[in-house]
Amino acid sequence: MTRIEKVFKSGRKVLVAYLTAGDPNPAATPELVAALERGGVDLVELGVPFSDPIADGPVIQAASARALAEGTTLAKVLEIARTIRKTSDIPLLLFTYMNPVVRYGFEALARDAKAAGIDGCLMTDLSVEEADDYIGIMRDAGLDTVFLAAPTSTPRRLELVAKYSSGFVYVVSRNGVTGEREQLSASVGPLLEQLRAKTTLPLAVGFGISNGEQARASAEHGDGVVVGSAIVRLIEQGGDLEAFARSLREGLDG
Amino acid sequence: MVETVEPLAGLASGPDTRGHFGPYGGRFVPETLMSPLEELEEAYLAARRDPAFNAELDDLLKNYAGRPTPLYFAKRLSEQLGGARIYFKREDLLHTGAHKINNALGQALLARRMGKRRIIAETGAGQHGVATATACALLGLDCVVYMGEEDMRRQRLNVFRMRLLGAQVVGVTVGSKTLKDAISEAMRDWVTNVNETYYLLGSALGAHPYPMMVRDFHRCIGIEAREQILAAEGRLPDAVFACVGGGSNAIGIFHPFVEDAGVRLIGIEAGGRSEKLGEHAARFSGGAPGVLHGAYSYLLQDGDGQVALTHSVSAGLDYALIGPEHAWLHDRGRAEYLNCTDSHALEGALQLSRTEGLIPALESSHAVAIALDQAPAAKGQIFIVNLSGRGDKDIDLYRENLPELDINSEKASA
Repeated sequence: MTRIEKVFKSGRKVLVAYLTAGDPNPAATPELVAALERGGVDLVELGVPFSDPIADGPVIQAASARALAEGTTLAKVLEIARTIRKTSDIPLLLFTYMNPVVRYGFEALARDAKAAGIDGCLMTDLSVEEADDYIGIMRDAGLDTVFLAAPTSTPRRLELVAKYSSGFVYVVSRNGVTGEREQLSASVGPLLEQLRAKTTLPLAVGFGISNGEQARASAEHGDGVVVGSAIVRLIEQGGDLEAFARSLREGLDG
Repeated sequence: MVETVEPLAGLASGPDTRGHFGPYGGRFVPETLMSPLEELEEAYLAARRDPAFNAELDDLLKNYAGRPTPLYFAKRLSEQLGGARIYFKREDLLHTGAHKINNALGQALLARRMGKRRIIAETGAGQHGVATATACALLGLDCVVYMGEEDMRRQRLNVFRMRLLGAQVVGVTVGSKTLKDAISEAMRDWVTNVNETYYLLGSALGAHPYPMMVRDFHRCIGIEAREQILAAEGRLPDAVFACVGGGSNAIGIFHPFVEDAGVRLIGIEAGGRSEKLGEHAARFSGGAPGVLHGAYSYLLQDGDGQVALTHSVSAGLDYALIGPEHAWLHDRGRAEYLNCTDSHALEGALQLSRTEGLIPALESSHAVAIALDQAPAAKGQIFIVNLSGRGDKDIDLYRENLPELDINSEKASA
């Protein structure tokens, strides 16, 4: 059983935190992850910064630019993961755009990510149609492959997303880029129901969740929630990450 | 040994059903955009099978845009160079001043057919933005154009034209503030407003079906040129030249010649200021395969897979990825790709202006300059150069780069 599978069997709603690795600098990331873990985060998505983050809103775009300016490469993110692994057993999901991985090589990534203590990978702009080679290589290395399901996904596509995913399915709650929203999407309930009928994999809901109350509401029909931009913004502002994570945890546990 | 395999067979039949030209192309976008792309592909294929759609497009291309465009024999220029007989495909004469209107009209009709009332587009040089704003005004559709702030500065006239046409021009302040960032912003808009919005992509780039669809809407350039040269010379040309940013004018004129083995297809990328990464947009000599904005193709990038900045004097060629079908034609050896520096493109523009009275767009000037280089040694050959756009939009840039011609200069009146 992978660390990701295990954490979803813990019995509580899983709190997933995204942060852009290397923001504000590569040396800072392990301590930020530790603060999130102390606050009650169960799983961390390590975002690999990319020059052209088409799926991200302004907050993560800016974080990506800061991380790149500090020399954060994919290889550096794996180094960060190794450092985190020395003191923590928290599941780590590599969250990346395609091109840095194309450049690094799928096989090299699978080998090096596994060795660094990474548990799985999500590629924002890799569609299931293009994923056959990738899936084979990642699974052979013992890494989970998480794919996105979206409100626009047709039943046929949801079938494919469920089939290609392992660990969990990341359910995008609304159309759009990453970022905080005051209102949660109402369409996520039916989407979760459709997925439940197609897969036994855990479902984590993300996009737009920025406080404990929203976390609880989003987790109602899912197995976990993902909080991203709100955390990245707090890192930018130098806020108390542990306290924020705790507030999300408390909201989630109700 | 007898060669039993027809070397060009199938080269023009791409893409396959998943949008691949050999290994290139495909669909690399977030899941939210996958169903909309499937829907777009389906709607496009249905439209092309519908005689009413094709008739309306043909009528607009003819009576509104000005097709067919002439194939002009440049007698003075050909004599001056003493080699090839040079013809220009006069896309510069089209309404809005460049080939871009072919695709903008086609896709705007498709959007209306799909019931999408809000059109978004990106633009580099502004020509695609102007063409889209024009098509939207004509069809009564809302239009939002994303344009990098650096390009807005370089192409102020086109910004004004779009606004005059009723379009909203949104300045993009992130990244290099050029075409690449305008496409990223347009994609972010699309993914957010996907249900009611049609993304009218302006080059043979992006996720399937865009490279195929944009090519198809520009194939009229090559189809006409092929008929026209046969009528004028009784034979096919020896070489066809076109500039390549994303590559829409080039694939439009190349495609109908792909299976004509004797016709060299020569694409010209922006050589910029130098061969250093960041100072040009020559993807084949300076790039490696990668993924940007939905497609897999040759990409200018650093060793860590971050997309490199690009430079060209012409905003329309200033982009890090080349259209995927060009990558395939390149790898198969069917088309050649050269590059032309900023300063050499300006020389070509000047020579064409003064010999033939044709002021080319800076983009097209890259193809012009390379064709003029090759012409003297090509006695007895026929060249076709795609004059993809006219230079009106570039007058400010010509002034900046040719200060000796400006009003205060003595040379100007010499």
